Amino acid sequence: MHAEAHIRVQGLHVFYGPEQALKNVSVDIPRRRITAIIGPSGCGKSTLLRSFNRLIDLSDGARVTGRVIVEGRDVYAPGVDVTEIRRHMGLLSQRPHPLPMSIFDNVAYGPRLHGVRDRRELAAIVERHLRIAGLWDEVRERLHLPASRLSLGQQQRLCLARGLAVGPEIILGDEPTSALDPISSRRIEGIFLELKRDYTLVLVTHILRQARRLADYVVFLYMGELIEHGPAEEFFASPREELTREYVQGTIS
Amino acid sequence: MNRRRVAEGIARALMAASVATVLAVLLLIIGTVIVRGVPAMSWAMISQPPRGGFYLGKEGGILNAILGSLAITAGATALALSWSLPVVLCLNAYLPPRSPLASAARFALDVLWGIPSIVYGAFGFVVMLWFGIGASLLGGIIAVALLIFPIMARAMDEVVRTVPQELTDASYARGATRLETSLKVVVRQTLPGLVTAVLIAMGRGIGDAASVLFTAGFTDSIPVSLFRPAATLPLAIFFQLGTPFPEVQARAYASALVLTALILAISAAARLFGHRYSRHVVR
Repeated sequence: MHAEAHIRVQGLHVFYGPEQALKNVSVDIPRRRITAIIGPSGCGKSTLLRSFNRLIDLSDGARVTGRVIVEGRDVYAPGVDVTEIRRHMGLLSQRPHPLPMSIFDNVAYGPRLHGVRDRRELAAIVERHLRIAGLWDEVRERLHLPASRLSLGQQQRLCLARGLAVGPEIILGDEPTSALDPISSRRIEGIFLELKRDYTLVLVTHILRQARRLADYVVFLYMGELIEHGPAEEFFASPREELTREYVQGTIS
Repeated sequence: MNRRRVAEGIARALMAASVATVLAVLLLIIGTVIVRGVPAMSWAMISQPPRGGFYLGKEGGILNAILGSLAITAGATALALSWSLPVVLCLNAYLPPRSPLASAARFALDVLWGIPSIVYGAFGFVVMLWFGIGASLLGGIIAVALLIFPIMARAMDEVVRTVPQELTDASYARGATRLETSLKVVVRQTLPGLVTAVLIAMGRGIGDAASVLFTAGFTDSIPVSLFRPAATLPLAIFFQLGTPFPEVQARAYASALVLTALILAISAAARLFGHRYSRHVVR
């Protein structure tokens, strides 16, 4: 696989106060592929993901050194507009967190922030992205009901539509199916597989089978260090590192 | 096993006793105000200002105090809200979670909360003398706003702190600024709680006598200017109770009834309002 890199991480260190959460991580995330970040709990998976869109800035006492280059720009360069960076990356969290407003307003939230005012245009954006997220047929009759009335699986698809509506090129998922039932999870996975035609997806997961099902590229972290990364087939079939082999076989977790 | 059951029984008995005490006190207060206030209640009481000799038992009412209290409370609530909301949003959205400045500010607010209202009254009075202003509606509004600001800010703060970080992250991840996230997500999510916080502060403000004693003064006329003295219900009750005439003392209870009814009406209205806007709240 010779996909061009979309996100280049170079010498990334992240500290929470005195503790170091990521140690010298360098990796290229391929464009229009699904990349899975795997590893045991507390190994820095989410930290790496949150460093891409600088949500990590909001964490208590977090300090970052190194570079994360997206579209040729270092997101940590001085003078960078954080809101502009985040606009290029959708985010799905572990549990869906709909905003306290209607289904329609949830999807329209981002576009409105970025200046779309025309009602017809907003309606078109909302419909288009609800369709991509496979939710349109279920909610078309009740767009103005509170988003909190939807089921968890529907809420997660709503959050996906909300993320897509600002026109990102990258979708970040922090264990996005972990709070969902198996059927809803499969549904989301199916949408991810379709989305990779147009988007770069980076998913944090602790479910190895999910990584096998979805990933084109795998990044394995262990205790804050990047142990191994590579195309999924190679990674799972013939891991280079002993630690990876043990993790993939389930000896360590 | 038996000891555990006894302990459980004692705990339940204590809880029942506490509930009964609270209910009894509430009913006694409301009962007293109703029983002693209703006979002195009349249309004139709430529709007229005091006429000559009102405090000796003659004609008139407490319209001056009703309007004065409403004006001072409305002004003070608006003023306190205009300080509280920015403070609370700053504490929760702008400062880092464990910022020393935020904990210092919370401590300062807690101290302010504990300061007796007469101190706010005296402080307000000194400041007014400084600026050469006498007892006035404006003075009352400022003193009461100072009194209820820490209450409002801390009550709001406790509500806003319950907003999960994932929810604000979801907004930031769309490229929202801190202000947009605060106003469009945090305020909406916590609106019912914010309304309750405003109410708690309002209730404290409308019932306080000491803070307005020097700052707003008292007058028998209806408040028309920010720069003239204004009457308030707590002071009207105080003056009426202080007379030696039983019929005027009965009017104090009627005034207390009006004050209690006002607070209940404000609570009910605000709850309704809060409920109306809580449909989008994510639980």
